[in-house]
Amino acid sequence: MRNTDEHALQAEFDRRVAAEEKIEPTDWMPDDYRKNLIRQMSQHAHSEIIGMQPEGNWITRAPSLRRKAILLAKVQDEGGHGLYLYSATETLGITRSEMIEALQTRKAKYASIFNYPTLTWADIGAVGWLVDGAAIVNQIALQRTSYGPYARAMIRICKEESFHQRQGYELMLEMAKGSPQQKQMAQDALNRFWWPSLMMFGPHDGDSAHSSKSMQWKIKRESNDTLRQRFIDQTVPQIEVLGLEMPDPEIKWNETRGHYDSGEINWDEFYKVINGNGPCNHQRIKHHVKAHQDGEWVREAVRAYRAKQARKKDERAA
Amino acid sequence: MPQQEHLAVYEVFVRSARGLDHKHVGSLHAESPEHALMYARDCYLRRSEGISVWVVKASDVTASQGDDVADFVEPMDDKDYRHATHYVLPESVKNM
Repeated sequence: MRNTDEHALQAEFDRRVAAEEKIEPTDWMPDDYRKNLIRQMSQHAHSEIIGMQPEGNWITRAPSLRRKAILLAKVQDEGGHGLYLYSATETLGITRSEMIEALQTRKAKYASIFNYPTLTWADIGAVGWLVDGAAIVNQIALQRTSYGPYARAMIRICKEESFHQRQGYELMLEMAKGSPQQKQMAQDALNRFWWPSLMMFGPHDGDSAHSSKSMQWKIKRESNDTLRQRFIDQTVPQIEVLGLEMPDPEIKWNETRGHYDSGEINWDEFYKVINGNGPCNHQRIKHHVKAHQDGEWVREAVRAYRAKQARKKDERAA
Repeated sequence: MPQQEHLAVYEVFVRSARGLDHKHVGSLHAESPEHALMYARDCYLRRSEGISVWVVKASDVTASQGDDVADFVEPMDDKDYRHATHYVLPESVKNM
């Protein structure tokens, strides 16, 4: 009997996914679909939160009040995006503290790009332009993901993120059109962030561990390589406008394909960083743990306030 | 007056289709959340307006409203750098 039920539920789930109907939190869903979503969405949420660190690094040293206000607003947005995504993930039956625990004990991953340091002010431009640019390409596709709360969070995030990339590009433009030293800083930032930005799309389609199931369930809507190519195609002309050198000598327009060709990614580096051995992995988690511990007094105050209000209510009732 | 005057007010939220947010559609009086749900179905979903309904006791809603709303949102009003249009880019990168 139970088996028949499961089959019917599975059939209904499959029909919904095939018909492009969203799956909502109260619907039945296969365990693996739920697990896969929790993995991807919590990883996405962690990326927003850890991503605040490399940019936050420059808030106190921004070269003007305008730039400082912009950077603060951007980092604040990232924190908000983390919240949207954690909340959406919670609809799948996992708690916030479980997710944070998984991050801090390195059971959960986050985007490997945030394990690279932001060494100069030009890096802030490169992060906004390239890292947010790559994230937007990925997130636009995810607006059509099959899980309703995830799709809605993506729509909200994409809307808010429209300024992130533009402020980064504007910054790069100022540097690239500035003094020879500033132009050199812009070039250096582009060179260092180019490859890690391409790695943000994950392994090649054939090597991607979760891709085929995720595509079948329409959690992912487009393949890693398709999204990466789209990012390259849109970014190369932007490099030309900046008047900077290409960060990859193999970048070349391919008339036949109608796309830019480019060099191969250093996958050893990708796996090294993903597996915890990038330049800043240790520092990022250490800082997250410290910030979380330093915030304990706030959570304690909240609990004390709640207990006090409950006590008062009881006294009034008595 | 009949007792009904004193029934609690419930706010009604309807999801019109899968994938969309629940939207506030109105309110009604009811003696329990379960009944509020049934009344919501009868009042607001007579013509397949939705596929999911939330009812929330109005007294459980904490809202910003009235005269203080200007002060409440004021800190956000002078930050036009939060909008993409604040950044002027060359024509050639218009689609960013």
